[in-house]
Amino acid sequence: MVLLKNRDIISILDFTKEEISYILDLSKKMDKQRHTDLLKGKILANLFFEPSTRTKLSFETAMKRLGGDVIGFDDPDKTSTAKGESLKDSVKIVEGYCDIIVIRHFLEGASRLAADTVNVPVINAGDGACQHPTQTFLDLYTIKNTKGGLEGLTVGFLGDLKYGRTAHSLAYALAHFNAEMFFISPPSLRIPKDYIEQLQSRGVSYHEVDSLSEVSSKLDILYCTRIQKERFADPVEYEKVRGIYKLSRTVLDNLKIGNDLKILHPLPRVEEMDESLDSTDYAVYFQQAHSGVPVREALLAALLGALQ
Amino acid sequence: MKKLEVSAIEEGTVIDQIASKSTFKVANILDIQNIDQVVLVGVNLSSKKLNKKGIIKIGGKQLTQEEVNKIALIAPDATLNIIKNSEVVRKFQVAIPDTLEGIVRCFNPNCVSNHQMIQSKFHVMNKNPIKIRCYYCERHMGGDDIELA
Repeated sequence: MVLLKNRDIISILDFTKEEISYILDLSKKMDKQRHTDLLKGKILANLFFEPSTRTKLSFETAMKRLGGDVIGFDDPDKTSTAKGESLKDSVKIVEGYCDIIVIRHFLEGASRLAADTVNVPVINAGDGACQHPTQTFLDLYTIKNTKGGLEGLTVGFLGDLKYGRTAHSLAYALAHFNAEMFFISPPSLRIPKDYIEQLQSRGVSYHEVDSLSEVSSKLDILYCTRIQKERFADPVEYEKVRGIYKLSRTVLDNLKIGNDLKILHPLPRVEEMDESLDSTDYAVYFQQAHSGVPVREALLAALLGALQ
Repeated sequence: MKKLEVSAIEEGTVIDQIASKSTFKVANILDIQNIDQVVLVGVNLSSKKLNKKGIIKIGGKQLTQEEVNKIALIAPDATLNIIKNSEVVRKFQVAIPDTLEGIVRCFNPNCVSNHQMIQSKFHVMNKNPIKIRCYYCERHMGGDDIELA
């Protein structure tokens, strides 16, 4: 039996295959009908120490759709953090104002520290290049909806696989579902050895390649990521890889690809994916972004004990 | 009679079977410069087990658990000998615990443990060769990455 009440959502590594499947089933329920008063009287604190429009808005939307209220900030310069307050003190204070905390932070492991500090559930909405588990749940939800299931898919990860936390977490999650994985990146942005070792230890079949054309015909899913300028300490290194992959309708027309290929992207996109793709059947990234709401509704309701 | 390469001590602790190259790291852990009793350090001594070993003998000192844990990370083959009245009263090999708290610094500069006033914490994934995972940022570290706090 899966119990989510009072759990924290910090890392995809904390979740079993059974728990992941259960969360996706709950998300489907939330998607099918509105539950407007499920969290009436509950308050979500959105603590965004780093900007993120989509994640913040989708948590707000999810809470409001469930009848709850939202407090929070997205500019830490206007909070006590700017005065030197520790993260532990900040979350201890907010704990007294709310029923559940969503935190996004530039420091890796910040959400784990927050979860250890307070007694209300904490959801990690992204910490540095580390984890973004709710993004992973919505990625899985989108893949399941578009492919009819998660078992045995062939998945390509394209772009910044060094700093791209969404790709790391999704790869870990898909390891539960016997996915074959292709990591497509320039050598300087290869997926870190740690992740590869983890996948190896779980028996995952994986391949590392430089070019999409080498593997495009084999893919069920292509998970594109942005090369994130903000993760590079050295701007020169960023310029070396900037725009290295540019997906467009023309590029796909010239590649061997399966008819049922679906392209996901955690967004925002910059130059790695052209708008000419948006009207094709391959593109599911807007659907993916919208999936964030039912998935986060399911998590909020389950963690607060309103849904099991 | 066995010839001692490093003189015996009457009371204290002998750390034996240290890989030679790690001897001075162990000496740093024990902060031997600030010990006012007898300290004997030997390196490149013959060893059947390690070929060449280091040894540190400290008069009057009992190691703390934190010191033992740190030594285990740097010199996993080391043995500790507790000496009383010139006799070895207890001998045991150091062991790496399953969790390391406050003794290793996370090598990830963006890890929260390097920015907030908290103790670092690691889960030991593998003891030989050593592989640890940061509880906070989930980064993995091997022997070469380990920097003691």
